[in-house]
Amino acid sequence: MARTIRLALKLVAVAALAVCTAAAAASSLKAEHGWVRWLPANLPAAGYVVIRNDGDKPVKLTGADSPDYGMAMLHRSTQKNGSDSMEMVDAIGIPAHQSVALAPGGYHLMLMQPKHPIKPGDTVRVSLHFDDGETLQVTWPVRPANAQ
Amino acid sequence: MTFPMFRRLALLALCTVLLASCSPSAPPWQLNDVSGHLPDLQFDLTSDTGKPMTAADFRGKYVLMYFGYTHCPDVCPLTLVHLHLVMQKLGAEADKVRILFVSVDPARDTPPVLHQYVTAFDPHIVGLTGTPNQIAAMAKRYRSAFNIDAKQANGDYTVSHGSIIYVFDRRGHARLIGNSTDTPGTIAHDLQLLMRQD
Repeated sequence: MARTIRLALKLVAVAALAVCTAAAAASSLKAEHGWVRWLPANLPAAGYVVIRNDGDKPVKLTGADSPDYGMAMLHRSTQKNGSDSMEMVDAIGIPAHQSVALAPGGYHLMLMQPKHPIKPGDTVRVSLHFDDGETLQVTWPVRPANAQ
Repeated sequence: MTFPMFRRLALLALCTVLLASCSPSAPPWQLNDVSGHLPDLQFDLTSDTGKPMTAADFRGKYVLMYFGYTHCPDVCPLTLVHLHLVMQKLGAEADKVRILFVSVDPARDTPPVLHQYVTAFDPHIVGLTGTPNQIAAMAKRYRSAFNIDAKQANGDYTVSHGSIIYVFDRRGHARLIGNSTDTPGTIAHDLQLLMRQD
């Protein structure tokens, strides 16, 4: 009897693994090298990540949210005529078979209103939403203000 | 090779040689030289420790100055990280340098907030804030435009601000300008050159 149960459990585990692997393989979007630059005094922080689209169709990152912050917005910094500005963007396109970097001085995720004290060394959870209906759930390390 | 083409090439080569021999030696600066074109360091503001501060407090120091604000999570940190790396490259000589982070958002940038912000980047940074009029006068003096953008529904707002990093010598003379696209190596190179000249 015990033997049968063990065998049944093993079969369930194998099946679950297969399902998970299939789900992971189905996604052509990857979010890599993500991190957050910590700022003190509950100031808005910036999140950075490289999004890779291995699919045959372009996709758009259309929004984000995080259980650790009250609000997350897509932003872009621009420098022109000797002036630095920051603006909200509705979407960030990722062409087929290409990567787009959200990196310092350009696109970034503005993370506002931390829901609990966050400090360098912590990790935060972020969900990235795409126009094809997919959501990537990622966990990013929080680095010091002066991290490169 | 046809004769006209050869002639053109020969002419081009000759011009290149002439130009190379006539041009003065390359300027030593990698940043832009603004000596005599911008006013000396002068201000009357409040430091991040809440003390009144003027340019006289920085005589004898090389000064790097940048306009920004603390609700700026991307480009201001990027610039301050570059300046932090400059300080690291300078090693012991970093003590001869101070970085002034002048807030263009005095309504939100109280000395305590400014203090937490600047000390998170580098111990050589001094945050400066003041009344809106003081800040406007300071920005005008250095031809640095800033604009407080329209408030969003939740009361947040962004501020557009100058991207220039100003370099002043030990006597407070404006000498060079750069911005966050200049590498820390470039800025450190010019600071070391400035120190050698004095």
